[in-house]
Amino acid sequence: MNAPVKVETTLKDWETDQEVRWCPGCGDYAILKAVQRTLPQLGSDPANTVFISGIGCSSRFPYYMETYGFHTIHGRAPAFATGVKLANPDLDIWMVTGDGDGLSIGGNHLLHVLRRNVNMQIMLFNNEIYGLTKGQYSPTSRIGTKTPSTPIGSVDRPAQPCAFALGAGARFVARGFDVSKNLPDVLKAAHAHQGAAFIEIFQNCIVYNKDVFNEFAAPKGAEDRQLWLEDGQPMLFGSEKTGGVKGLKFDRQNCCLEVVDVVDGDWEAAGVLVHDVTNRSAAHMLVELPFGEFPMALGVIYDDPRPTYESGVIEERKRASEGKDTSIAKLLAKGQTWTVSGTAQDPV
Amino acid sequence: MATQAADNSALDIETGTAPDAVVVRFAGDSGDGMQLTGGQFTLSTALAGNDLATFPDFPAEIRAPQGTLFGVSAFQINFGSREISTAGDAPDVLVAMNPAALKTNLDALKPGGLIIIDTGEFTKRNLDKAKYDVSPLEDGSLAKWKVLAFDISALTIEAVKPFGLGNKDALRSKNMWTLGLALWMFDRDRQPIVDWLNAKFKNKPDIAGANIAALNAGHAYGETAEISGPLEQVHVAPVSSEPGLYRTITGAEAVSLGLVAGAQLAGLPMFFGGYPITPASSILHHLARMKEFGVTTFQAEDEIAAICAAIGASYAGQLGVTSSSGPGIALKTEAMGLAIMTELPLVIVNSQRGGPSTGLPTKTEQSDLYQAVYGRNGDAPLPVIAASSPADVFECAIEACRIAVEYMTPVMLLTDGYIANAAEPWKVPDPESFEPFEVEFLTETNNPDGKVLAYKRDEKGARPWIKPGTPGLMHRIGGIEKQQDTGNIDYDPANHQAMTDARKAKIDNIAIPDQGVTLGDEGGKLAVVGWGSTFGPIRRAVDNCRRRGLDVSHLHFRHVWPLPANSGELLRKYDKVLVPEMNTGQFKTVLRDQLLVDAKSYTKTSGQPFKIAELEAAIELALES
Repeated sequence: MNAPVKVETTLKDWETDQEVRWCPGCGDYAILKAVQRTLPQLGSDPANTVFISGIGCSSRFPYYMETYGFHTIHGRAPAFATGVKLANPDLDIWMVTGDGDGLSIGGNHLLHVLRRNVNMQIMLFNNEIYGLTKGQYSPTSRIGTKTPSTPIGSVDRPAQPCAFALGAGARFVARGFDVSKNLPDVLKAAHAHQGAAFIEIFQNCIVYNKDVFNEFAAPKGAEDRQLWLEDGQPMLFGSEKTGGVKGLKFDRQNCCLEVVDVVDGDWEAAGVLVHDVTNRSAAHMLVELPFGEFPMALGVIYDDPRPTYESGVIEERKRASEGKDTSIAKLLAKGQTWTVSGTAQDPV
Repeated sequence: MATQAADNSALDIETGTAPDAVVVRFAGDSGDGMQLTGGQFTLSTALAGNDLATFPDFPAEIRAPQGTLFGVSAFQINFGSREISTAGDAPDVLVAMNPAALKTNLDALKPGGLIIIDTGEFTKRNLDKAKYDVSPLEDGSLAKWKVLAFDISALTIEAVKPFGLGNKDALRSKNMWTLGLALWMFDRDRQPIVDWLNAKFKNKPDIAGANIAALNAGHAYGETAEISGPLEQVHVAPVSSEPGLYRTITGAEAVSLGLVAGAQLAGLPMFFGGYPITPASSILHHLARMKEFGVTTFQAEDEIAAICAAIGASYAGQLGVTSSSGPGIALKTEAMGLAIMTELPLVIVNSQRGGPSTGLPTKTEQSDLYQAVYGRNGDAPLPVIAASSPADVFECAIEACRIAVEYMTPVMLLTDGYIANAAEPWKVPDPESFEPFEVEFLTETNNPDGKVLAYKRDEKGARPWIKPGTPGLMHRIGGIEKQQDTGNIDYDPANHQAMTDARKAKIDNIAIPDQGVTLGDEGGKLAVVGWGSTFGPIRRAVDNCRRRGLDVSHLHFRHVWPLPANSGELLRKYDKVLVPEMNTGQFKTVLRDQLLVDAKSYTKTSGQPFKIAELEAAIELALES
């Protein structure tokens, strides 16, 4: 793979001439802007960038990016993206999916693109609802969600996207939300990661599932309810103004995390953990923290690269080809042959 | 039957005259290595210069319980000193390695044919498993055949004794002992088999040695044993074929080679997305060993991902290929629609098997034609090509690649379980003899006024192929209806009408050669129309009938969608049209629909290929009625 050449662009260069067709106020607008703001900062080349999506509101994303784009079929974007990456590893691939597209119909493909570790950024817009089909509950909807298909409330337990990703073997797992000012930083970290980088982006569906993330995403009280993780930094949230600084500590006895008070800023004395993005066990605990009792863990939760799938495929093809004859004529005549000359037989 | 069909020529062992064709069937337990035995016998037959056709017939279970009727695996070969077009209606020689193999294959054997039996396996237990109350060796039920029964198991154990193997391992060489005997019977050279065994067991010299010893012992048994009666050497003279270099080839090998050649003629690397399924997996296996030819193979998580990844690769500028069998093709259907909508090249190989649902995974059928031609949501046309034989698949695969890239369309290539597994001699083609069809990607905008027009069509109706990564040509594609020329999303009624028409016209107008008469006259009383692997039996049956003076001709269709332009005109030159198919009449329906000809069906869905005799009877009936 060639080192990508940095290209100077502005936000405008990443906008298409197509009218954006999301509902006014949809969280997708904020994500679109965050992406369009981030790409110039990365020095990305629009001609070398491909947005690949499945089906759903989120999957209309490629039409609004002045890059190469492929709006594919429901749930299968990871498979298309894998084919594109294997065919041309130099392309910078962003995959866009949603909670229905990625975890319901496409759960299988999401599992495999993560375990294979194909180098791309995977943005899963989680709004806990089917928007484009008018509001049915989704695999991430909470128990009791009332929708046209669950008029007296859903009874099945929701999937947890980041826990799914880690379980599938993802080497990069991050979280953000649509209107967060930190989203570009999360996207940049994902882009810097070599391999499949999974980002769950909480997204507000203002029509069918309005403000379900307000408990942590609303500006008011955000400090107490958002734990922004940073590599090498203590896991702190809250402030003196809002009832005290708190931190996460490892409870050895019960093998889990617990919330502790930090007095006078001495987080070390309180035993607060320092975030290590390469600690897989900690990542498992962070993605499963029950919200309410704990804050919502956001930012880069896990980042520990391994060789990518496409590099393995290329390496294997190179090894298998070394010193091999590539004459088609010889290939066709492989194995035991015999020659017929005139009418007589000449076994060889 | 009025006369003996040519492929039914009896093996006249007693008089010792040289027959012009012999049919041998090896049958045993699925663990007995009958497919291997058959494969090696095929190779030695080809090296001896005979023409041949084979029919491997094995159960879907990998190791069915030993000795059972449903665990029998058989391999039939027809070889001769004349052109061979089928694996033969009825065997002259049946090798039965156990009672179950005898029971399940006896009915097929020609009266007066030879049965070679391993008595070592005719134990009470095995007879019970084969549901024999009395041993057929003792109750006279085999009287109408010649029987040669002896203890192959014991002879094998004796032969491999020096290698110190346990009884179980020693008995694994039984198939080589049997092969040795067969090689002697037909006066074949053992050396190629010895070479093959040495290569196969390079790291296990004891096993190689034991197998070679068994092979030699079987051969020596034929040569030296004092057997009165049926066992005599038979000489089948070489066939006179076109001069050139030959090899044997199975359909799965041929399709793989054809795809590699096709990609090279297009000047493209090939991406093959596959998922294991019988009987298509062997294509994935073959291609996985051809990486040095620019081939990437991807074993996906399912059939859907296999085709989607292939479409992704095509989008990125490689030749995407996927392959499966009926149930897997069903899963790929939605993605085919996307490839049609986004107008990307793709080759889809369907090795058909008995259906519906899981059906008969290891048996052959032609029942996916409707699926190939009509089986998608929306008006979603794609070209369909059907191969007639293992050797023919090579050319068909190249043709599929050519159409895919020249017309920016997915192409379906139909083969079947019979073609995939069967072997035949193949005159190795000169790659230079194929016209290249090098792809030209769009590298500069095709719109003087600005943004690239990703759906601007050329004179063939094809849109440009634009690789992501090309500066200045950024555009978006997807499954939503496209605006003409620009390819932007467009729900306008007139635009959808125009785009539906354009997609249809592109496929309808694909340049394919005119349909010719495969055997016989251009016009007459009866046309027998075939497609796919029925080619061999139809050709032989029509040939036999014509020799008897019947007014019948054979028309074999390679292009089943769209049909060659002259098809209707040609078929109307015959009083009657008979369409034999291994389904319930699917191509008949296509012909009636497209050409308004009064085509009649002759169908069979037993999982077995047509017999020549069946077809001759059907032809006679059609001519009489």
